[in-house]
Amino acid sequence: MLVHLGRRFAGLLLVLFIVAALVFFLTRLAPGDPAALMLGDQATAEDIAKLRAAYGLDKPLVVQFVLWLKEVASGNLGHSIFLQRPVTQALLERAEPTFFLAMFSLAIAAAIGVPAGIASAVWRGRPVDQAVSGLAMLAANIPSFWLGLIFIQLFAVKLGWFPVAGYGSPEASLAERLQHLLLPSAVLGVVNSALITRFTRASMLDILSADFLRTARAKGLSERRVLLEHAFRNILVPVITVLGLTLALLIGGAIVTETVFGLPGVGNLVVSAVLRRDYPVIQGALLAVAAIYVLINLLIDLIYTLVDPRVRY
Amino acid sequence: MNSPVLAFCRALFRRKLVLVATLVLLIAFVLAVFAPWLSPFDPGAMRVVRRLRPPSEVNWFGTDELGRDIFSRVVWGARASLGIGFSVVVISITLGAALGLLAGYFKRLDGPIMRLVDALMSLPDILLAIFLVAVLGASAGNVVLALSIVYTPRVVRVIRASTLVVREMPFVESARSIGASTARILSIHLLPNIASPVLVQATFIFAYAVLAEAGLSFLGAGVPPEVPTWGTMIASGQQFADDAFWLVAFPGLAIVFVALSLQIVGDGLRDMLDPRLRKAL
Repeated sequence: MLVHLGRRFAGLLLVLFIVAALVFFLTRLAPGDPAALMLGDQATAEDIAKLRAAYGLDKPLVVQFVLWLKEVASGNLGHSIFLQRPVTQALLERAEPTFFLAMFSLAIAAAIGVPAGIASAVWRGRPVDQAVSGLAMLAANIPSFWLGLIFIQLFAVKLGWFPVAGYGSPEASLAERLQHLLLPSAVLGVVNSALITRFTRASMLDILSADFLRTARAKGLSERRVLLEHAFRNILVPVITVLGLTLALLIGGAIVTETVFGLPGVGNLVVSAVLRRDYPVIQGALLAVAAIYVLINLLIDLIYTLVDPRVRY
Repeated sequence: MNSPVLAFCRALFRRKLVLVATLVLLIAFVLAVFAPWLSPFDPGAMRVVRRLRPPSEVNWFGTDELGRDIFSRVVWGARASLGIGFSVVVISITLGAALGLLAGYFKRLDGPIMRLVDALMSLPDILLAIFLVAVLGASAGNVVLALSIVYTPRVVRVIRASTLVVREMPFVESARSIGASTARILSIHLLPNIASPVLVQATFIFAYAVLAEAGLSFLGAGVPPEVPTWGTMIASGQQFADDAFWLVAFPGLAIVFVALSLQIVGDGLRDMLDPRLRKAL
């Protein structure tokens, strides 16, 4: 177990190192001198040279990379001139809406996908199955930002059930702020329920012909207990896998959805950073997202051992 | 057309949904290719007196905030969106197939290639894409390049997995034993045997690329706004969505129809080409 964990952790660090290298060197490929970009049009050559020296931009690329990695390893993702604050701080300030958006969306996606997947497996080939499969396919191919615009028109503008956009004032209570997340979470949840539905259906189909289900029925258990206790328990591992995968996908989906709904989250931060070429923020955000992604994958592996005692590392 | 191909198509189209989806794609491609002749108006022609008109007999999909005909712009948008999607498919499949074959066949290359793939796949599609477009500069060509880099790793994973299976098959060993060169084994013996997963991946990546292009353009990190793509049309139309929802509705529907059709065709191909699934159906 420990050996396995150690090996997984080493692999995780290697992946993050490659991401860091990619992000660092690709950013340096970008047209324009970062120092000149930071100072704007008015800067003199002397100012630019000074800033280059201050940020170590006059050193060879590899040296810059090593210095940057050292900083990153100690938790310092750099400083954003535009935002006038450390990147780590900027990311943390924006983390709240993104975190809750991801959690709510995952809950909604699971609440739709898992029962729908089970139902369509149990009634395989029947109208329920066809309807579920069709809707899941539709959901997977709707651009989330477009569905967001439709939901805004329908539920916020026409019906007035939800706030149109934004995240409320920072002084408002957490509950009030979270209200602004209901509609965006519904959008992301619907779009991401498709994968969960497909996965649940496939795993359920695999298990339905298992001998132990026949035994459970033979000893007189109700169909309900057979399906929900015996069958469902045995698809927990694939279901948890797909939930973790979905959570990772939601981080990407959040970027677009936050922009549609004007939520001041990490996605919004990244998009505005890209538009004004704020490279420290872009680099920091990419690294942070990649780190979260690999950590989620590691966590999924650990959860396996909890839900399925047969899984051992 | 030779008969196996014909038989294959007949079996594929036995499922009505796949047939309908194929027809939708055909129409979309015809519109895209012949846009200059098929669009009723010049997509850029502004007639401010006729701005924000709802769908009518003259302007089938209505007009936008500058009085441009939305139907014509959706048709020209097909040209841009499908053109970008198709280019992404060609580049990422070529690159991915080459890297996947190398990783699957040469044990020594497997580690480095797959770690790079893992790293690229640890970033969400859209995040990696906007980063690459930001670095490369916003243009249609760079959107193609960025999305190709985003989707190549998926192809590599699929091809590598298939290569690992096929390379152990007896016919590969017999080819090697009669002295076939590595290049010959890779291109003549392995490549045709992994063609079907490639084909299936191609349709899926096409769908992802159309969706991702729209997302990028919507975020303002894709194709420049003056080029009519389905994404830029939705982006510029959203501020009028309260009163003139047709500005947003029609390009969005175009995306949904094309992406959904590609997915259906891809699923149909996969069911047909995978012998294990074919039995189950």
